[in-house]
Amino acid sequence: MAVVTEDPKAGFRLGMLIYDTRYRSITIQIVVLFLFMAGAAWLIDNLIRNLEALGRGIDFGFLWNRAGYDINQTLVEYTNDSTHARAMLVGLLNTLLIAFLGCIAATVLGVIAGVLRLSKNWVVGRLMTVYVEIFRNIPLLLWILMIYTIFTEALPAPNAFRGENPAASMALFDTVAFTNRYTAIPWLVFDNSLGWLQLGPIWLNLDLTVIIVALVGGFLINRAILKRATRIQEATGIRPTTWWQSLIALFGPIILVKFVLGTHFDYPSLQGFNFTGGLQVSNSLVALWLALTLYTAAFIAEIVRGGINAISRGQTEAAFALGLRPGRTMSLIILPQAMRVIIPPLISQYLNLTKNSSLAIAVGYMDLRGTLGGITLNQTGRGLEAMLLLMLIYLLISLTISGAMNVYNQSVKLKER
Amino acid sequence: MNTSNSTFVRTEMLPQKAPPITEAGAVKWMRENLFSSPLNVLLTVLGVGAVAYLVLHIAPWLSRSVWNAASLTECRQIIEARYGEGATGACWAVIRERWPQYLFGFYPQHLYWRPVLAFVLLCVAVAPVLFDKLPRKMLWFSLIYPAVGFWLLWGGSVWVPVAALAGFAIGYVAAQVVKPLAGTILATIAAVVTPVLWWLFLAGPAADAVHSVLPIALESVRSREFGGFILAFTIGFTGIAFSLPLGVMLALGRQSDMFIVNKLSVGFIEFIRGVPLITLLFTASLLLNYFLPPGTDFDIILRVIIMVVLFAAAYIAEVIRGGLAALPRGQYEAADALGLDYWKAQRLIIMPQALKISIPGIVSTFIGLFKDTTLVVFVGLLDPLKGITDAVRASTDWKGIYWEPYIFVGTIFFIFCFGMSRYSMYLESKLKTDHR
Amino acid sequence: MKKSVFLGTLAATTLFAGMALAQGTSTLDTVKARGELNCGVNTGLVGFAAPDANGNWQGFDVALCKAVAAAIFGDASKVVYIPTTSADRFEQLTSGKIDFLIRNTTWTFSRDTDLKMDFVGVNYYDGQGFMVRKDLGVSSAKELNGATICIQTGTTTELNLADYFKANNLTYTAVPVETNAEGEQQYLAGACDAYTTDASGLAATRAAFADPDNHIILPEIISKEPLGPAVRHGDSAWGDVIRWTMNALIAAEEFGITSANIDELATSSQNPEVQRLLGSSTDNLGAMLGLDAGWAKNAIKASGNYGEIFAATIGESTPIGLARGLNAQWTQGGLLYTPPFR
Repeated sequence: MAVVTEDPKAGFRLGMLIYDTRYRSITIQIVVLFLFMAGAAWLIDNLIRNLEALGRGIDFGFLWNRAGYDINQTLVEYTNDSTHARAMLVGLLNTLLIAFLGCIAATVLGVIAGVLRLSKNWVVGRLMTVYVEIFRNIPLLLWILMIYTIFTEALPAPNAFRGENPAASMALFDTVAFTNRYTAIPWLVFDNSLGWLQLGPIWLNLDLTVIIVALVGGFLINRAILKRATRIQEATGIRPTTWWQSLIALFGPIILVKFVLGTHFDYPSLQGFNFTGGLQVSNSLVALWLALTLYTAAFIAEIVRGGINAISRGQTEAAFALGLRPGRTMSLIILPQAMRVIIPPLISQYLNLTKNSSLAIAVGYMDLRGTLGGITLNQTGRGLEAMLLLMLIYLLISLTISGAMNVYNQSVKLKER
Repeated sequence: MNTSNSTFVRTEMLPQKAPPITEAGAVKWMRENLFSSPLNVLLTVLGVGAVAYLVLHIAPWLSRSVWNAASLTECRQIIEARYGEGATGACWAVIRERWPQYLFGFYPQHLYWRPVLAFVLLCVAVAPVLFDKLPRKMLWFSLIYPAVGFWLLWGGSVWVPVAALAGFAIGYVAAQVVKPLAGTILATIAAVVTPVLWWLFLAGPAADAVHSVLPIALESVRSREFGGFILAFTIGFTGIAFSLPLGVMLALGRQSDMFIVNKLSVGFIEFIRGVPLITLLFTASLLLNYFLPPGTDFDIILRVIIMVVLFAAAYIAEVIRGGLAALPRGQYEAADALGLDYWKAQRLIIMPQALKISIPGIVSTFIGLFKDTTLVVFVGLLDPLKGITDAVRASTDWKGIYWEPYIFVGTIFFIFCFGMSRYSMYLESKLKTDHR
Repeated sequence: MKKSVFLGTLAATTLFAGMALAQGTSTLDTVKARGELNCGVNTGLVGFAAPDANGNWQGFDVALCKAVAAAIFGDASKVVYIPTTSADRFEQLTSGKIDFLIRNTTWTFSRDTDLKMDFVGVNYYDGQGFMVRKDLGVSSAKELNGATICIQTGTTTELNLADYFKANNLTYTAVPVETNAEGEQQYLAGACDAYTTDASGLAATRAAFADPDNHIILPEIISKEPLGPAVRHGDSAWGDVIRWTMNALIAAEEFGITSANIDELATSSQNPEVQRLLGSSTDNLGAMLGLDAGWAKNAIKASGNYGEIFAATIGESTPIGLARGLNAQWTQGGLLYTPPFR
């Protein structure tokens, strides 16, 4: 910016709006704002006129109509008598589920692959390079389709488990069945289930709530015990024995819950066309999860590698000089510092994974795009409303993730004083 | 002291001994690189095991390839006849028989030369941009290539692309005319406004008028007939060409001190980055019409390209913002100290450095864009991966063929994306000016 | 510089754009001005609408597109086939990208009213059925309790399925698929026990299997699926063109007019209704539609009358092998009954 030196009191001329750097930025902003408003007004005016010509308006009322279709994976209670809004909620939860599982698995795999890629071990290093290059340079859609096809084509149908001499048999002592529809695994069920509690539009699974409360409560009590021990130690110099208290605090509540609720394992068994009992994890979920994980992990591996490389060699040498073994050096010295470099791009990978989960449609996983942006949209024909809502929800998810991660990023940032 | 007759002192050098077997050659290398610790031994064994497992399972299948067959059933018969009952093998015959569809979709057969020529010319046009050893005059061809490529691919009257190009000439002329009259700034405004007016109101009628006098035209091809890799390349390359300048503008907007410009850029970038590409594509294909004047109906590929460009530009803007932020503050101050105005400072000092820092990020965004061209299948265009493959599979002959098309399409994508990432590494090392 | 193409194309396309949605302009005028008919068809359902290896579209629905193009232009080749998925077909129609939709689309109340479309008739009376493997040992849909069922999303079949299983107190797991090709893949791999869609679609799908004899279509038809062409709401003149072109094909079969004898009948027939239909009488029916006098003749010549089209694309002599059933003329015990051409 050029420094203005002339006397600002010299009268105002119209040309100054353009030529005077003091006013120019305001002129530009006003022009930009005007163009933007004009553009927006033009679009909205068109929208209104088009809708008028079609004889319909923007109306979100369809959300409270009966949905009428079934969804194969529901985390909350849903029947075909539920509303479209509820179907949307089911889809949203499915999206969040796959995003959550994917982010965790991709982080773990990505960090491992990134570290191994820097390993001195020639075979492993090359293998990881090949993995990263292959997954980064081939479209995700292909991986999703391919992994799903592997599941459908290579695994046996439930039918194959039938008969005297079945073509396929269950794994892990007859408890787990891998089929080309789902993986049936044993699942914990409660004899005295507490059922669901409805709080307005939100349904609460009381069993799950009790378990979470028991776990978190135990953890908090344990922390309090340890704190108290430290206080006593600081005051008297003697640390009381706490291990049995900790043990009770950590495991007592959950064991109590187990006896109160009366749990047992429910094993899958073949009945009729399908396995019943246990939990059936659908292949569309697993295939999508695997594909998203492998794909995103390849990117995360590169981020991790870049982050580690960004830490100066002196840090490693200093750690070695202190006598730390390579593994400890990595986990205590390098990774904590590399985290600062790694986290911002990692956030955008999480966002990418969440958005990429909308490809679920290719494998018939009923995520938000599949329910609200798919069946609901088709059945009601409310394309405009459904897509606007869909984009808004994805936007909110993205902003929430990036907001949360930015807070975390601030907290691990190098404090410079 | 006379040492010559000391019997215990050796006077001649011993011949050099070979190093211990564990410290030389392949064994040393293996000890250091493969078996340096128990963990490494485990990793090596696991790695080799995994590779061996994959090779043992895939190699026989690949080795039993069939290239000549009319249907999957015939393919399987040939394999069984050749390698015995129950043998399985790859049936590449599907690619051999359907490769025109994979490359051109339903592009009219007698016009295949046009996309091929367009592709060859594309290579010619891109070469001088990529490699600075080539004569600089070739850049002129690169500049007019978009019009040439458009004309070759879609056909129609030659005057449509010419009229579009004329907009730039008009802008240049307008700037030259206005400059002596009203100064640089108004000239710049004229250079922007006149072409836009030309394109919006005059280009069409002008092209029509000239065409009626001098009809030079190629047979026109509709966007719906595009498919396979020409679709992916058309969307991919146009997207790449447009998203970079737009991304730079957005990044500058986001860095700008002007409140409104800054907030608009931030809003746009965050919105685009916050929604999945397929919702944008769906909007482009179905909902855009609600936002345009009644009666507007413009080309589906163009709409998809616009969305892809916007999507990639938002990402590029963020990458470049990173590059701008990484520049030392002193660079900006030095530019101010030299008395450069904003645009000169950007053009001569800031952008060259910021772009250099951002190369890896920009190229990986481009790779992402190219890979994302497969998503156009969700708006009913025939992408090579799912659109064409589903069309091939719909025929009775090739029902039930999965791996071969996936592998074929995957390989082609890999070659191009990998090539791009290697080029970015080459460029990075070429432009590296620090002496580390 | 590349912006030139972008803006140039934008400008050019905006200016040359078809005025499909413009108020007051009828679709018929738009189509005539454009010189081509945009016909929304299935992405690929053998027998109804599917491109062959050379990209030529063929099938039962495609024949109606050809007939309409022939009625308007006298040239059956002036059609642009726009593949639509079950998900985007209505938006394609309402946004004006296609002139009419003929894509195995069921005529329902809400589609006709709420979605602002007009169904102009029924070209195929269908119903939803189930296909299962023979070795599954199932002979009725009522035995499908607990089964996994593949179903195309975005269709009425989804709602019918939910209703049917609910009414019969059965449970099922749905495997949603996007296209018929995906449905086939899942079904053949055994990822679902049954595949459900319109019975005609099932027959077409089954016909394309390598081993059609190992699959059976269950006897239950769980819904009424009158499939027919749809146009945008509010353009009755255009709807009339489609409706009466289709009726002309049906009437032609009733009167025994075939593509072989049409030229002869046009001059020699003494039946006044045939004369009116083929434009050889003084009543110019075509003018009332805004078309040439020979519109119906051209339409019938394009691919024959309804019966000929049926026999050539989905009839018993084709691999799809559908019987006429409900789709026979009313004189033969079917439901085809056209209003008189008068």
